[in-house]
Amino acid sequence: MPDPTAITAEQVQHLADLARIALTPEEIEHLAVELGSIVDNVRKVTEVATPDVPATSHPIPLQNVYRPDVIGEILTNEQALSGAPDADDGRFRVSAILGEEQ
Amino acid sequence: MATAELLSFEEALAKYEPVLGFEVHVELSTKTKMFSAAPNAFGGAPNTFVAPVDLGLPGSLPVVNEQAVRYSISLGLALGCSIAETSRFHRKNYFYPDLAKNYQISQYDEPIAFDGEVEVELDDGTVYRIPIERAHMEEDAGKLTHVGGATGRIQGAEYSLVDYNRAGVPLVEIVTRPIYGAAERAPELARAYVATIRDIVRSLGVSDARMERGNLRCDANVSLRPHGAEKLGTRTETKNVNSLRSVERAVRYEIQRQAAILDAGGTIVQETRHWHEDTGTTSAGRPKSDADDYRYFPEPDLLPVVPSRELIAELRAALPESPTVFRRRLETEYGFTESEFRDLINANLLVELEQTVGAGAAPAQARKWWLGEILRIANSRGVEAGTLISPLHVSELIALVETGQLTDRLGRQVLEGVIAGEGSPDEVVKARGLAVVSDDSALLAAIDEALATQPDVLAKIRDGKVQAAGAVIGAVMKAMRGQADAARVRELVLERATSVG
Repeated sequence: MPDPTAITAEQVQHLADLARIALTPEEIEHLAVELGSIVDNVRKVTEVATPDVPATSHPIPLQNVYRPDVIGEILTNEQALSGAPDADDGRFRVSAILGEEQ
Repeated sequence: MATAELLSFEEALAKYEPVLGFEVHVELSTKTKMFSAAPNAFGGAPNTFVAPVDLGLPGSLPVVNEQAVRYSISLGLALGCSIAETSRFHRKNYFYPDLAKNYQISQYDEPIAFDGEVEVELDDGTVYRIPIERAHMEEDAGKLTHVGGATGRIQGAEYSLVDYNRAGVPLVEIVTRPIYGAAERAPELARAYVATIRDIVRSLGVSDARMERGNLRCDANVSLRPHGAEKLGTRTETKNVNSLRSVERAVRYEIQRQAAILDAGGTIVQETRHWHEDTGTTSAGRPKSDADDYRYFPEPDLLPVVPSRELIAELRAALPESPTVFRRRLETEYGFTESEFRDLINANLLVELEQTVGAGAAPAQARKWWLGEILRIANSRGVEAGTLISPLHVSELIALVETGQLTDRLGRQVLEGVIAGEGSPDEVVKARGLAVVSDDSALLAAIDEALATQPDVLAKIRDGKVQAAGAVIGAVMKAMRGQADAARVRELVLERATSVG
């Protein structure tokens, strides 16, 4: 049984805020347990992984996959905006954001 | 917004040691974006330089621009950095509509370049070595226009309009380590550092580096600590500083503002600050997020970048002389003053100057033409002077003037012709019939005609009033429609005065 105290409700709430997801107290409680067991499983994997096993971020052993610097097919302004909920003057219209540029 | 208390700069420096740090973002001048084949270009109609990847459309996948990697490695090498054997992209997660994906593809713990050092020379020749922590690749964000706010700023805006043309443009972010010991020269050093980075990327040709267009942007970190203290003070990060002058002013302002707070027993809040060009002040932005809050993780859609030793060697061999070394060499060789040099650097014409001299022109003449007529035409058209005419043509033009085949005035006409695409200076001279009249008999005929209308001039000259020749010279130049060498006309007039009568 994984230790459910590994992830606190506050941590889940913080993550939810960062991800802009509204969670009920029940969902937070549930997710704290779920995330706790995921973290615990990862911990088990790190116990097995010895230093001679390199970190893997991609399952396929490829590298240096590039594209030449040549202009290719692009969208028209109409195409670009075709899926936008709202648009104005050729641009995407979004609600005022109570945040700042990163 | 209340005006912040400021301590005088001198008092601030007497009590505290400023520690600086910079993050400079450089937009690379590739033809296409970092991860899509959409054009990397300035000034298009909104949302017309976008591919599905730039809009984060479902099913679209990024592919790395090879040229952007090469440029990044070249820049890393020019910053004296080591190039990573293996480099990787990460996702930096945040919610803001300047990127459509809700994350920015950046690099985290495996940047392409790290551990460098840049020599920065102040105006009086003092050299600082600025330690570079890293230079990493990432993508630029789109441009937001806030509508409905009283000042066009985000506060009070009703909605925002987003243009993703800039989203995905390749960026290199250059991050310094803390910079100590600048003391009262901190603002000056800040400006000189950014200028040096600008010169480096220009000499490499990897960016247009035009600050007014946002090709090169600086975030300036400033903290203060009491003299002798080990522990660094809390820092602020001033954003939106987009001219060399602003960098200097912003650092100076933050030193004075923080010193006043510390002096009154207050504490500095770790936050971003916004620079306001109009008032010359900064205002509080958001509290600085912890890196943890960005939840960086390896970008699963991209593969590691593993530059070969051969590629690194090739790019290293192709590096131009560093701007500092180049500048010192030219300074010694050409004997210009500091301010003459700064003018050339500011106009981005050092390379053009060197090539013009290399093609045979005298340095002073090359400088005169580039910073004079050519720069004037460039400014009036809003283009870079270096794009108007080749150094070879400038040197040919100078040769025509120096050998007396053209006057300065005719030279300017030839220049116009060359810039208009009429051919080389020689070709323009022939096509427009602009050569100086060097046939003495034609000049003498004009001189005699002029003397006939001003009979007292010769007598005056013989009396020692040589300046009287001026009136005749003017008349002759007018008769020749400027296509005569005034010095030769003067010689001939004086000869006439001594030989006739």
